[in-house]
Amino acid sequence: MSREIHPAVVGAQPFQTAERGQFDGPIFKTKEGRLRLEMALTRYPDKRAALLPILHFVQEKKGWIETSDMEEVAEALEVTPAYVHSIVSFYTMYNQHPVGKHLIQVCTNISCHLNKGDEVLECFLEETDTRQGEISSDGEFTVIEAECLGACGFATVVQVNDRYLEGVTPENVSNILDELRAGSHKR
Amino acid sequence: MSFPYVHELETRTLLSEYQGKKDARTLKSWRDEGGYQRVRKAIDMSPDTITDVVKESGLRGRGGAGFPTGLKWSFMPKEDGKPHYLCCNADESEPGAFKDREIIRWTPHLLIEGCLIGARAIGAEHVYIYVRGEFFEDTQHLNKAVVEAYEAGFVGSNIMGSTWSCDITIHTGAGAYIAGEETGLMNSLMGNRAEPWAKPPFPAQAGAFGMPTTVNNVETLSTVPGIIEHGSEWYRQWGSEKSPGTKLWSCSGHLVRPGNYEIALGVPLRDIIFDVCGGTPSGKPVKAVIPGGSSTAFLSAAELDCATTYEGMQEVGSSLGTASPIVMDEDTDIVRAMRRIAQFYAHESCGQCVQCREGTSWIVRILQKIESGDGRLRDIDTLYDLCEQMTGRTICVLADSVVFPLKSSLDKFRAEYEAKMTSDKVAVG
Ligand SMILES: Cc1cc2nc3c(=O)[nH]c(=O)nc-3n(C[C@H](O)[C@H](O)[C@H](O)COP(=O)(O)O)c2cc1C
Ligand code: SF4
Ligand code: FES
Repeated sequence: MSREIHPAVVGAQPFQTAERGQFDGPIFKTKEGRLRLEMALTRYPDKRAALLPILHFVQEKKGWIETSDMEEVAEALEVTPAYVHSIVSFYTMYNQHPVGKHLIQVCTNISCHLNKGDEVLECFLEETDTRQGEISSDGEFTVIEAECLGACGFATVVQVNDRYLEGVTPENVSNILDELRAGSHKR
Repeated sequence: MSFPYVHELETRTLLSEYQGKKDARTLKSWRDEGGYQRVRKAIDMSPDTITDVVKESGLRGRGGAGFPTGLKWSFMPKEDGKPHYLCCNADESEPGAFKDREIIRWTPHLLIEGCLIGARAIGAEHVYIYVRGEFFEDTQHLNKAVVEAYEAGFVGSNIMGSTWSCDITIHTGAGAYIAGEETGLMNSLMGNRAEPWAKPPFPAQAGAFGMPTTVNNVETLSTVPGIIEHGSEWYRQWGSEKSPGTKLWSCSGHLVRPGNYEIALGVPLRDIIFDVCGGTPSGKPVKAVIPGGSSTAFLSAAELDCATTYEGMQEVGSSLGTASPIVMDEDTDIVRAMRRIAQFYAHESCGQCVQCREGTSWIVRILQKIESGDGRLRDIDTLYDLCEQMTGRTICVLADSVVFPLKSSLDKFRAEYEAKMTSDKVAVG
């Protein structure tokens, strides 16, 4: 619950969680949404600075950000919907489309590339029978290629929603998927 | 992976002593180890004295550019009546670098101490710690530590019963390498796209929210408490005159023991790669090393005796950068590796400058062409030409960042590029 979140860290909550779809309808009409917005606003001298924290909140609750959300956020922060859209599309972590329950991001940047990152990505795509960005037919997975995840010494690094898996090899992939399906990989 | 294994070249005094020790994350243990006494000490010092001590220590910024930290702090205006801000740069996304994440997840209180002391020195009333959005789990440790510090009265109003007040807010990014560039970071903090701006105005004049601001890296700030505790002479027992102290080395690529190691500046790069990290897993010779993260120049195997100092790296035409050697063994396809690196910069270019936006994607296309065996010798000239066009002409140095590895790989491994052109079908390996 938001109430327990200290204002200093309100903008730093995990926003790619497996629990999705908790929100239908206007975000800031709910108590939690209003509280988060108010708390975020206390931390900056300027209203617009709450934009990223608030978009994080939307994505935390819905898993992605759609046009109507952008309009709502724009109104709340007194900017134009087009401006909010330019922000959402600039940053790679905002999902502009729905994604599978487990968003799997495989780093193929240089250190992972040197340690079979490309093969790991191929394995994930093959085993989920998807192309990049698609949702698998069972709704469980979306796989995409990621740029360096900042854990290069532990290649290949794979981010699943809000957690990191390190040292992933092509051989690990089907196990990881099984565990994710079974829910035993949940935080 | 650097713990519990400790190599004799490691100096685990300043930054890494508590890495791998979970207990150190809690405020209680941190205080038991003497934590926050350095903040106490800093509160009793005048801001100018803190800045002077850091100046004398010779500490240089660990975010990549190596700018002297004390000097940067001294640029902040004094008694101008405006709010000042400190931004802690925890956006770590330079390929090869993963040291700041380690500091955040093992010793969040060390970073908070560093932020407070830095804030005191520059008269900041608010510290924003800008953490890259992907670091969810690590950020939770930092969040917990900040809340604990607030509750203990170490952050907020009248810190430790003094008249000094300072807030800390954790702000997470949303996926953009360019948000690590200092003006891009401040734009992002303000709720804008993370587009860098042309200086002036410099951050110390008009930074975040138009106010005097200093941007410092996580490792830089985390080094400060030790310097305040023990003094600048103590810090200078390590390293060289121009590159004092210890540094976290993020070692990756083809290595037996990749990981983070705190090592006094100045040891030969070769020792880090072969002694500390155990050389290549294949046992094959090293072909190339990018010593400071992917935006620094390639070194060939013959150049590995260079000293790991800012000046030592410069002597061999590269730079210390974020001290993140990426090691490639003999079987590495340099053209392919370079193409992957270039792809990153093309993806991360914010698009404001033509040279960068167009140049990075042209480089990728030409490298792909060479990689697939369709290259011509004149493509190499075109690449050199692009390097020329992209150096020193853009708002930020992202464009230059791809030139360093590209140009050096052309200079030092030209034969590999040419080999892909002479034969008709070269296996991509
Ligand atoms: C494209 C680009 C990306 C950067 N990324 C980072 C980063 O992720 N973390 C960081 O600390 N500095 C980064 N920097 C350097 C910052 O601009 C800035 O110099 C640094 O944070 C200053 O801190 P320092 O003086 O403590 O090193 C980057 C610079 C550029 C040009
Ligand atoms: S050099 Fe590239 S990243 Fe930097 S401001 Fe220009 S376009 Fe953006
Ligand atoms: S290159 Fe994969 S995490 Fe950095």
